[in-house]
Amino acid sequence: METEEVIENIAKKFISDTVAFDLVKSRRGIITIRHTALTAIAEYLYRSEGYRFIIASALHTRRGFEIYYHFSMDTSGLILSLHVILDKEKPRIESLSNMFSASNWIEREMHELFGIDFLNHPNQEKLISDGNWAEGVYPYRKEFK
Amino acid sequence: MGFKDYCFRKSLWVFHFGGASCNNCDIEILDCLTPRHDLERFGILLVGSIRHADVLLVNGSINTRDKDRLIELYRQAPKPILVVAIGACGCTGGIFAESITFAGPVDAIIPVDAYIPGCPPKPEAIIAGIVKLAGKK
Amino acid sequence: MSKKTLIPIGPYHPLQEEPELFKLFCDGEIVRDIKWETGYNHRSIEKLSESKTYDQVFFLVERICGICSTSHPFAFANAVEEIAGIEITDRAKYIRSIIGELERLHSHLLWVGLAGHFLGYNTVFMWAWKYREPVLDLFEMITGNRNSYAMFKVGGVRRDIENSKIPVIRKVLSDARKKIDLLAGAVMDDPVIHARTKGVGVLTRQDIIDYAAVGPTARASGVAIDIRKDDPYAAYPLVNWKVITAEGGDVFAKAEVRLLEMYESISIIEQCLDGLEKVREGDITIKVNEIPEGIGAGRAEAPRGEVFHFVVSDGSNSPARHKIRAPSYVNIATFKKSCIGQTIADATISLAAVDPCYCCTERMAAAYDVSSGKRLLNANDLIGLSLKRTEEIRKSGAGHE
Repeated sequence: METEEVIENIAKKFISDTVAFDLVKSRRGIITIRHTALTAIAEYLYRSEGYRFIIASALHTRRGFEIYYHFSMDTSGLILSLHVILDKEKPRIESLSNMFSASNWIEREMHELFGIDFLNHPNQEKLISDGNWAEGVYPYRKEFK
Repeated sequence: MGFKDYCFRKSLWVFHFGGASCNNCDIEILDCLTPRHDLERFGILLVGSIRHADVLLVNGSINTRDKDRLIELYRQAPKPILVVAIGACGCTGGIFAESITFAGPVDAIIPVDAYIPGCPPKPEAIIAGIVKLAGKK
Repeated sequence: MSKKTLIPIGPYHPLQEEPELFKLFCDGEIVRDIKWETGYNHRSIEKLSESKTYDQVFFLVERICGICSTSHPFAFANAVEEIAGIEITDRAKYIRSIIGELERLHSHLLWVGLAGHFLGYNTVFMWAWKYREPVLDLFEMITGNRNSYAMFKVGGVRRDIENSKIPVIRKVLSDARKKIDLLAGAVMDDPVIHARTKGVGVLTRQDIIDYAAVGPTARASGVAIDIRKDDPYAAYPLVNWKVITAEGGDVFAKAEVRLLEMYESISIIEQCLDGLEKVREGDITIKVNEIPEGIGAGRAEAPRGEVFHFVVSDGSNSPARHKIRAPSYVNIATFKKSCIGQTIADATISLAAVDPCYCCTERMAAAYDVSSGKRLLNANDLIGLSLKRTEEIRKSGAGHE
């Protein structure tokens, strides 16, 4: 299926949750969605359409904490990324790790590097920070003037 | 020659500690054991315990988590022990010296007797360095 | 004598407080739970990347892992070239694929050697690493270094493979084919290896999907994903080759996939060499003046699976954000499924079968009692157990001397 068709399908199914189409080109698509809709759309991609979760990329920008959840449709080579923007003061979002195990570690890592809280994560413990930096320090956060 | 030189004249037993490394150096060190380079013909063996070692090879940039282990390792090593810093990361921290978790370089943590630079140093360079250290030319 | 059979790989620290990579919690002989500890290798590479120019980042990402060293620049180049909207020359595509496949060859040979060591077949270890040497010599001839090749740049490659070198490369490859036949024969037909690896460390198709595992780990459970076919890049769509899969999902299947992939790699390289001879020598790079604002996702099939690089550009000389995901990140997590319920003696080979990056393999595992939490065995002991199991199987007559 072409990227445009894929994105149209999702937009139809989740009209009220789709905020913007950031990128639509051959084999690459990025959709900004409401963060409350993440679990529903991720479930649709994983269970109904057979997408594979690649990884999640978090960023700290002036808009707040942003996460791109990257999914791969291996039969067509499409990378579809779901983009969410989280609150500047208390960034939090529902964990995907109760749906599949693939996101377990990256959510823990994003928590340690950015301080994002993944609600209902099965085990939001330290992954990489033990001995490397102190509690309450989030080294990938930036200072914005 | 002095007592120390006498001890190190031949048959060095080597213990390897890899810090936060990309493994290129670790593999080149291990490569020294394989048939092409065959370190064992010099009587040089990799050992599994620091307490049996004459030489401590350290590679990789040392991050905050590894630093205490390295100090403890050096403390447990039977003296005299020769410490060799291998690779750009071992010598100066290399490209990772600006990392937020960098706690080295090796010579800021324990005394170093020899440096074998390279990224990674070829097995020939590693062997030449160790053999030179042992007093053989 | 015993010192010689147990070649210690890397720093096994028999120190009391050593946090090993994997903590196996055991009830007698059986593994009940596993905890994974890490952070010893954290170098904040993603953050470092933001302070380097795009050209410098290639040198940085090459040193993420020494064995998959080319796959990272490969994926990064794909991501950046996507943002810049450029397509590289055919010659550059062929050269990139040649380097990528030579790396797959040397990496799989390395793995075969390590697996041999963990099973007690030190001759296999020595042979595999000996046959690796000519491949490393090729790298030195082409790029100047045995590891970390610095071949990639935005818009192409840094050095050409002169057509005059092609006959040398062909000769080394045809020798390698014969050596791989030898290794494959020694490994695949040995009944003791069958006994040690069949049914061990099994991952089902559903496990692979749940953990989103990639590479030979996934292909050995029948999940046919391979970025070279699914999201083609460089010269892979220009040559004929096939994706290797196996059913069974056990350590044997993973070994089978890697061995057969080596033959495919040789075939791909040979076809790329044919391709080089047909295009203009020296045409290896196109001029790129700037990287515009934008977002790119690039991936490559490393020896261990999909490498994914996500780059956000703000139009400046450095990436605004560079997210890197190596294949071992998703593959290692599968140990929860492949090791629990098995014996400790099988733990080492099950862990090694997903081919974690070597630095991870070094400090592999320790065993703890599940009720008391006391440490029972360190990494050396675990390898010793594995070797003992092989000896027992041999003596019971299941194998040959």
